[in-house]
Amino acid sequence: MSQIFHPSTNTISRASIFGAVFLVGGGLWMLQQVNRAPYVTQAFVTREQPVPFSHAHHVGGIGIDCRYCHTTVETSAFAGIPPTKTCMNCHAQLYNDSPTLEPVRASFRTGMPLVWTRVHDLPDFVYFDHSIHVNKGVACATCHGRVDRMALVWQESSLLMEWCVECHRHPEVAVGPRDQVTNPLAGAAAQHAAMRDGANLLKQYDVRTRTDCSTCHR
Amino acid sequence: MKTPGPDPRTGRRYWRGLEELAGTPEFRERLEREFPASASQFDDPVGRRRFLQLMGASMALAGLTACTRQPKETISPYTEAPETVIPGRPLQYATAVTLGGVATGVLVETHEGRPTRIDGNPDHPASLGAADVFTQAAILGLYDPDRSRTVSYLGEIRPWGDFPGIIREVMKAQAPRRGAGLRILTETVTSPTLAGQIRDFLSVYPEARWHQYEPVVRDNVHAGARLAFGEPVDSIYKLHEADVILSLDADFLAPGPGALPLIRQFAARRRPKPDEVAGMNRLYVAESTPSSTGAMADHRLRLRSGDVQALAVEIARQTGLWVGGGHAAPPATLAARAQRWVEAVAKDLLAHRGRSLVMAGTGQPPAVHAAAHAINDALGNTGRTVVHIEPVRAEPRPQVESLRELTGDMQAGRVDMLLILGGNPVFTAPADLSFGDAMQKVALRIHLADDEDETSAQCQWHIPRAHELESWSDARAHDGTVTIQQPMIEPLYGGRSAHELLAVLMDRTGKSAHDLVREHWIASAAAGQQGPGFEAWWRKCLHDGLVPGTASAPRRVTLRSDWAAALSETAPSVQAEGTFEIVFRPDPAVFDGRFANNGWLQELPRPITRLTWDNAAQVSPADAEALGLQNEDVITLRLDGRAVDAPVWIVPGHAKGSVTVHLGYGRRQSGRVGQDVGFDASALRTSSSPWFARGLTLESTGRTHRLACTQTHQSMEGRHHVRAATGAEYARDPECVRHMGEEPAADMTLYPPFAYEGHAWGMSIDLSSCVGCNACVIGCQSENNIPVVGKDQVLLGREMHWIRVDRYFEGDTDDPEYFNQPVPCMHCENAPCEPVCPVGATVHSSEGLNDMVYNRCVGTRYCSNNCPYKVRRFNFLLYQDWKTPSLQMLRNPDVTVRSRGVMEKCTYCVQRINQARIASQREDRPVRDGEIVTACQQACPAQAIVFGDINDPESLVSRRKAEPRNYGLLAELNTRPRTTYLATLRNPNPELEKD
Amino acid sequence: MPTTPSLTFGSVTNKISSIVLSRRTPAGWYFGFAVAFLLVMLLMYSVGTLFLMGTGIWGVNVPVGWGFAIINFVWWIGIGHAGTLISAILLLLKQEWRTSINRFAEAMTLFAVSCAGLYPLIHMGRPWLAHWMLPIPNTMGIWPQFRSPLVWDVFAVSTYATVSLMFWFVGLIPDLATLRDRATHVAPRKIYGILAMGWRGSAAHWHRYEVAYLLLAGLSTPLVLSVHTVVSFDFAMSVIPGWHATIFPPYFVAGAIYAGFAMVLMIAIPLRAVYGLHDFITMRHLNNMAKVMLATGLIVAYGYMTEIFFAWYSGNQYEQFMILNRMKGPYAPFYWSLILCNVIAPQFLWFGKVRSSPVALFASAIVVSVGMWLERFVIVVTSLHRDYLTSSWGMYYPTIFDWSTFLGTIGLFLALLFLFIRFLPMISIFEMRTILPEAEVKEAGHE
Repeated sequence: MSQIFHPSTNTISRASIFGAVFLVGGGLWMLQQVNRAPYVTQAFVTREQPVPFSHAHHVGGIGIDCRYCHTTVETSAFAGIPPTKTCMNCHAQLYNDSPTLEPVRASFRTGMPLVWTRVHDLPDFVYFDHSIHVNKGVACATCHGRVDRMALVWQESSLLMEWCVECHRHPEVAVGPRDQVTNPLAGAAAQHAAMRDGANLLKQYDVRTRTDCSTCHR
Repeated sequence: MKTPGPDPRTGRRYWRGLEELAGTPEFRERLEREFPASASQFDDPVGRRRFLQLMGASMALAGLTACTRQPKETISPYTEAPETVIPGRPLQYATAVTLGGVATGVLVETHEGRPTRIDGNPDHPASLGAADVFTQAAILGLYDPDRSRTVSYLGEIRPWGDFPGIIREVMKAQAPRRGAGLRILTETVTSPTLAGQIRDFLSVYPEARWHQYEPVVRDNVHAGARLAFGEPVDSIYKLHEADVILSLDADFLAPGPGALPLIRQFAARRRPKPDEVAGMNRLYVAESTPSSTGAMADHRLRLRSGDVQALAVEIARQTGLWVGGGHAAPPATLAARAQRWVEAVAKDLLAHRGRSLVMAGTGQPPAVHAAAHAINDALGNTGRTVVHIEPVRAEPRPQVESLRELTGDMQAGRVDMLLILGGNPVFTAPADLSFGDAMQKVALRIHLADDEDETSAQCQWHIPRAHELESWSDARAHDGTVTIQQPMIEPLYGGRSAHELLAVLMDRTGKSAHDLVREHWIASAAAGQQGPGFEAWWRKCLHDGLVPGTASAPRRVTLRSDWAAALSETAPSVQAEGTFEIVFRPDPAVFDGRFANNGWLQELPRPITRLTWDNAAQVSPADAEALGLQNEDVITLRLDGRAVDAPVWIVPGHAKGSVTVHLGYGRRQSGRVGQDVGFDASALRTSSSPWFARGLTLESTGRTHRLACTQTHQSMEGRHHVRAATGAEYARDPECVRHMGEEPAADMTLYPPFAYEGHAWGMSIDLSSCVGCNACVIGCQSENNIPVVGKDQVLLGREMHWIRVDRYFEGDTDDPEYFNQPVPCMHCENAPCEPVCPVGATVHSSEGLNDMVYNRCVGTRYCSNNCPYKVRRFNFLLYQDWKTPSLQMLRNPDVTVRSRGVMEKCTYCVQRINQARIASQREDRPVRDGEIVTACQQACPAQAIVFGDINDPESLVSRRKAEPRNYGLLAELNTRPRTTYLATLRNPNPELEKD
Repeated sequence: MPTTPSLTFGSVTNKISSIVLSRRTPAGWYFGFAVAFLLVMLLMYSVGTLFLMGTGIWGVNVPVGWGFAIINFVWWIGIGHAGTLISAILLLLKQEWRTSINRFAEAMTLFAVSCAGLYPLIHMGRPWLAHWMLPIPNTMGIWPQFRSPLVWDVFAVSTYATVSLMFWFVGLIPDLATLRDRATHVAPRKIYGILAMGWRGSAAHWHRYEVAYLLLAGLSTPLVLSVHTVVSFDFAMSVIPGWHATIFPPYFVAGAIYAGFAMVLMIAIPLRAVYGLHDFITMRHLNNMAKVMLATGLIVAYGYMTEIFFAWYSGNQYEQFMILNRMKGPYAPFYWSLILCNVIAPQFLWFGKVRSSPVALFASAIVVSVGMWLERFVIVVTSLHRDYLTSSWGMYYPTIFDWSTFLGTIGLFLALLFLFIRFLPMISIFEMRTILPEAEVKEAGHE
């Protein structure tokens, strides 16, 4: 009876046994990478907006404080998206005939809201509160990055749970001086502060590690 | 519309009415801005079944899964922000919600102009901060997708604009006849503005008539007052002043107008410390149907409602009160047992002159009310435990009389136009009046109502009524205090208020309710508030939720000498052998049927019976045995020629020879929830005897009808779930409660105990003062977005309530003792649910909460199996309505909406804990005791539930837990629950101790 | 030790391999497989509906959160014990009589375990998140909760399944090679060839084979005991009266072997009849298996008695009520028929007559399987439906979907079994050879 398999096939079958191990391992590794990739997290992806509002210009260039527009960031869970009125405060005079700003003026005329595309969008079962983070000295830039350099805003952080719990487990890395929270450089500053006297700040601001599930999930 | 509420000039607006809906693309566009998620599916789901099939997998999968890619979301900011609104922070507005015309002051929570929750107004005398089931469930009524959305003429959609023209014609025709052909039918009216408008109308059209009818009619109460004092005064009871209380078939602890303060006062004297036991009050109840009040009684005498009069007479006689002449109700009609009871009660009453109280039930004939008044008078209680005041309602005429008169006029064709402002008379009117048929003789019939009900079906014009949270009005509380009702939101479906309709009648079309109410108060405001001062005064009234100094003045009234004559005149016939007495009661959940389409209330387990989604013919165990009836057997109830089929429910402690039926069911025309549920008891109700009647016969049909009961096992099986003692025992040995069960020492463990630095949350529930009113259940449901599952699912044991009120019967089934026990999650220190969860979806927090993480839950149900208290609830199917926009607006944005396949349970309202913690941390201060109030605690009128930090020995909860009555449910399992109970105390009369 | 001298290497090989290769498939096989296949379709439908609608299509509720799914899971796992027990433990104990039954017993084990494995997956509210039970690094920065018996289950069952599979496959290799060599068509030769992994029967091959097989046997022996011990922890670790008992592990393992052998008998007896394997599966085999059944049955009976004794001796009112509720409560019929099936019926196995009658054995095997299913029903349902708080007592009624899913998995089991007996040697050819007279080495000097 003739051989149906060439002896070399033995090698193949041996190799396949070991190969399987690497195949499985590689698969798992792939999975990890994909889940953390911008494709899933949407990090670093700029969104189409009704008006190409440039933070780089308004914050970096003119130096408007975050709280001028995001008024409720210190008092509410929601940082607040400025009403059209806020835009018109300046743009009634400045560039008041620029076509790019037409949607703004239209909104102000008709009373129809501008519809912005959400950039930082957490799942509905996550309850994030801006006010407490800001009041504990977590700088805007710590999570939102150098907004003062972004023409169209993108999401600087992955917003994955592992990213949240990192600071919740080690708050000292994120807490900086309260009076610096809206300083665009404060993200870096926080790191230094942490190195310098993070522990003191924690004591001073009564910051605790909050890793209870109910801290964010209700 | 200028209001402190949501501002129409801002971006956030809601659609109004179908005309608009059907119309413009801009509208749809705006709509989609409003509900981006649901834009594609802006149609109501047709019942859960199909809905499930449609949504089934997709929604569930999208539901609560973890870090997957987020769908695109948008933000629509205001174009111009109203000063008051901080996005992300709720606001509260004071207003009032009425039941039967009587107001309860409330605070409404709104999120970005979207009302989501109704709480009691602490400053309001009818609320004192609590809110009953009806009041709280009104918020669901606001968003009910089945509310009628458009003006219709003979079922065709008509623009509102057409209506005034029609009216103008009629009025032109009626003017020369001085309105002789005009009739207005309202529910009980307490609104000063509305009353004023109607009076103006009547002064212009003097021949026109105004009729009032309320299905839960209080004619007997007022007639009783007339008998006793010659004038229809209202009575205000001061239970906290009373040591001994006798209820003659009066269910004064059941939710209803003015009940909340009574519960508060009663409860205040049911939770003594060991040394204060003497201060406990004692409650005697004589009643036919086991009621919430009867369940709390220290001595309950089961008695047919018809025999209560004889009892009253006997009490009157024995309290030394002279009763004129030979009345036709000799004491012989009372059994020996009752006699003994009466003697003891009378003695007790006499022993507490001026500190006792006798109350007669709404359904009892005037004579009994008169007797009650007389006894209180004789005992010197008047002015101390009971105060009489000017009638609160605008038109104190007997309502059944008034309705009969109206029906007569209609029959005789004397009516050209009938304007029905609210109410559903075709369904609720006494059967013998056959109101519906009479109405057909009226040329023009107009109905203002919330939804297309039985009455609308028989009227040409149907006009959607603006919800109380949608329009301006005013209303008076049981004690007369006026609240000005302000809208929280623009009418969702373009509803109109009664005020606007009357304005149309008076040819003042276009006058907004706001203007009308304001005008009225400008006119009638006290001198000081006139002119420039008015605006400030007006704002203060709105802010406080009541108009100061509007409570009715007390009336000095003297007992008529001839009051007793009535007793003999109206002595009830003796009940014929083999026939039964039928007792009508408003349903504890759907009331007179107005809440039939309210899912929360339909699924609310009734006190005592724990039935949901149905009413039943309630009979005593003895009668059931005699007639060979089982639960769920369908029987035919016959009463003078009328008949209705009803399923039987056997109720331990029900009076023999009596059958109780609840009104408000069998709605023939209602929404998807309430349609054709239960049987229509009012089909047996006659104008002569609206509350109880004799000569009822029962016959079995051989059919059965499944009833969804949430607690099928009644007894404690000798386990000490509810620990109870008498006041005397407790005073003698305060430790007696603790000795009723053993509790392993806290250090009986190999592991070091967890040290709770900072807070440790705990709850204490006082069983002694809990009256089982269910307010906590609805409070929790509305706070925590708890879904309604429907009758089929309840039958399978899948109801979702996070807090339930367990009810146990102990002792003789004919005459049992009743115990209530609210059971939320125990937040056990050693929680059995925690170690068994494979994914750690339920874990202990650093403050001792037993956190439930919905988005981590994979639904093995192991935790539920392992929970000795069975307080965990599982989404076996997709119970949440993810589709109906109006219901999405109802949801509390601070609580995750759970999807299919997820376990859920009481979280101690962790969202409120977090908000309070964050607020306190922002202000660099500790959380104050009482700053965090759970939804159940907030709703509880008895203040039986207390929540707080057990690390703080000074906190109220710590002090409660320090009482010797404190015990943990199933503590012997060493679960060490954070929720503990205070044992029930009863205060029996030594003379009546069971022998 | 010779069995039936009439057999030679050649005839044995012929007889067994011909079932797969040359002999034409009996019509009965087609019929049986068709039925099984239909049931598999039913399973597909049931599970599909389940995923679309949710767990609510089953009868489960609060308080009875676990129903048929877990009952059947435990039942199948139990059945899945005999195979490895026979192969591994009896191998180590040098029980030669195992050789003729171990092959299909192992196969049966695998199929039972795969049926069992299905249930924990589909009984979850959100099966698509099942991977959260595995300790895979993830973007949430959290792990499963290793205190939970369910996580232990995941490990126990998956390990058992893997090892059993390897054990079975390694055992198959020499026979696959035989089939490869004897197959006439190209396709079978290629397929069997690939599976045989280049087995040439060289001394080296045989040497490694022996070692590997022995190692695997040693490895799977503790697993046989561990799996059902862990499964019993699902109950024993809880606080529910009727679950929270220290007797559970031994009593579950015994029960499992009991059920397992019953199933082996249920399969062996018909096979033997249909394919005329009386020479291979002799009365002696059946007899021995019956004895094992009897022994384990007695252990199980002892378990029941211990439960009752504990309840009385503990003086714990909840335990006592639980036992009374089993005996007198709404589910009493289940309890008593369980006693009948698992305690009374097997006593007939004391009689040699019964043990030597295939029909009687087949019958008692069925009775035992039913009994063991009832046992799981009683443990799961009657313990849960009335636990501590009387207010939350309830009832459990299986729905049509509970039944269809159960039938479905039975179908899956049969379907796999039919495929196995059609395409693989159901009796180990080479091992049979080793116990033939020819295999006895003839030493010089002996006549």
